[in-house]
Amino acid sequence: MSRYSTTFERLAAKREGAFGAFLMLGDPNIETSAKLLDAVVAGGADMVEVGIPFSDPVADGPVIQAAAKRALDAGVRVADCFALIARFRSGHPDVPVGILTYANLVMAPGRETFFRRVSEAGADSMLVADLPAFEAEPWTTGMRAADLDPVLIAARNTPADTLRTIAWLGSGYTYCVTRAGITGVHGEPSFDRELVRRLEQANAPPPVFGFGISTAEHVRAALGAGAAGVISGSAIVSAAAEGRDVGALVATLKNATRNDSAPR
Amino acid sequence: MRLNGRFGRFGGAYVPEILMPALEQLEAAFLDAQDDPEFKAELNELLANYAGRPTPLTRCHNLPGKIYLKREDLLHGGAHKTNQVLAQGLLARRMGKRRLIAETGAGQHGVATALVGALLGFETRIYMGAHDVERQQLNVFRMQLMGAEVVPVATGGRGLKDAINEALRDWSASFEDTHYLLGTAAGPHPFPLMVREFQRVIGREARLQMIDRVGRLPDAAIACVGGGSNAIGLFSDFIDDDVRLIGVEAAGKGLDGAEHGATLLRGRPGILHGAETYVLQDDDGQIADSWSVSAGLDYPAVGPEHAHLKDIGRADYVGATDDEALAAFQALASSEGILCAFESAHALAHAFKMAKEQPDAVLLVGLSGRGDKDVAQAQQLLGPSA
Repeated sequence: MSRYSTTFERLAAKREGAFGAFLMLGDPNIETSAKLLDAVVAGGADMVEVGIPFSDPVADGPVIQAAAKRALDAGVRVADCFALIARFRSGHPDVPVGILTYANLVMAPGRETFFRRVSEAGADSMLVADLPAFEAEPWTTGMRAADLDPVLIAARNTPADTLRTIAWLGSGYTYCVTRAGITGVHGEPSFDRELVRRLEQANAPPPVFGFGISTAEHVRAALGAGAAGVISGSAIVSAAAEGRDVGALVATLKNATRNDSAPR
Repeated sequence: MRLNGRFGRFGGAYVPEILMPALEQLEAAFLDAQDDPEFKAELNELLANYAGRPTPLTRCHNLPGKIYLKREDLLHGGAHKTNQVLAQGLLARRMGKRRLIAETGAGQHGVATALVGALLGFETRIYMGAHDVERQQLNVFRMQLMGAEVVPVATGGRGLKDAINEALRDWSASFEDTHYLLGTAAGPHPFPLMVREFQRVIGREARLQMIDRVGRLPDAAIACVGGGSNAIGLFSDFIDDDVRLIGVEAAGKGLDGAEHGATLLRGRPGILHGAETYVLQDDDGQIADSWSVSAGLDYPAVGPEHAHLKDIGRADYVGATDDEALAAFQALASSEGILCAFESAHALAHAFKMAKEQPDAVLLVGLSGRGDKDVAQAQQLLGPSA
């Protein structure tokens, strides 16, 4: 059983949602990045999503763009990111780790090689931001062969036949975007109960909401809409960049996953 | 999607899922319009009576060899860009969009988008790398005069690549009422196919003009390649003929260093801006910053159909350096009285080399744009009394 399903089941038994914390690997340097990964788990994160910095992140807003730039400016290489994941895995054997990155980094060494390295480092899933379901099949086949869960993205405007493809190709969880546009804390996220229902109907992996989740109210609203969990990215990355207490922020957001009594 | 959007192994649609419905809507609108006589009639009317088609074919009078110039520099707007911008503008109206966004490098595509925005009544925003804003001030002002908002992009190398990133970010939030009027035959499907079809008029006219005027097809068709829209437009109607197709990339300060835009010559297959194609990148796959004296060729990827034509050996791709392009720019001005764009001067530079080696060869050169925008930069580079 995968770390994701184990985690979702364990939390569901306690009537809790999953809280995922996103960090950019190597931001602002390797040592600080390693400490931040530990800090979000200490703060209560149930799962960790990590970005491998890319020079041209078209799906990201200013906060995540800046994080990737800090890492790349510090000389962080893809191999350093795999080493950070391996180090995290040795300290946290049960926490699911998902990678969020872009297609060209995967293509560079060859897809199969990249997936094997991700798997050997100890990560559980991969989400490629510029890989829609339309192009995904050869990629998800390679991910599964390397024992990785392919995570695909669904949005309010995703048509039914694409949701069926996502259900067929994806595993681990389904990343549901809270609104159109790019990552970051701007505009109010909306948690579409209808999207959750359509994903359930398509028998897709559990829905987890992301994009713009920065407050306890957001977390409660997402879980209230039927999500299995949430991922908060820009809020955590901003806090880290500004030297605020990342563990405390995670604890606040995680706590909101416990207050929800809506049936799931 | 009705089509798979591939040229051999290249192309495809690598965009965030949120944008897929917008691409599907665009593909449907494009394919429906291709079968709609009213759309074609309206486009042809605009191409003829607004933009000035057909454009002339000019034989170089004084330069050695047999060089024929397809004069897209004489098209309204000053470059071939207007051909496909008018077509996409009509498609945007057909789809009920009220706003256009576009990226621009040298500013020619931005100018073309601004003019169609004014003509057809769209709110228009142009993303332009901050470095390009500095070196193409004249075009920035032209866009503003036609009512477009020009947004300088200060990320990355502050060039065309970064402008496309920002336009894609805008579109992923605004697609419901906004059309992304991509300026070249690159990006995700259906753009490479659609832009090629809308630029095909260049080669279609040139082919008929060659037969009519010279009584034969050219030995070679030569065009500069940044994203590759003017080249694919020139090449497409010669694909099945015994005509060499030669794309000229920006060799910048030399192909041995890192300061060039020679994607097909020095890049590796990868994925950038929605397409699988050749990309300038480092070992990890981080995108490299390209370089060219011409902002329009300063781009680290290339249209996927060119990647395919290279791989199957149907087209050859070569480089011309900044210095060679600048020399060709001067030669055309002083010998023929034509100021061409720095981009087009790359194609010309290669044609001059070929004419020297094969004086009897009939060479068709895509003169993709006029040089007014480059005059101030030329003065800087050449000194006040060139």
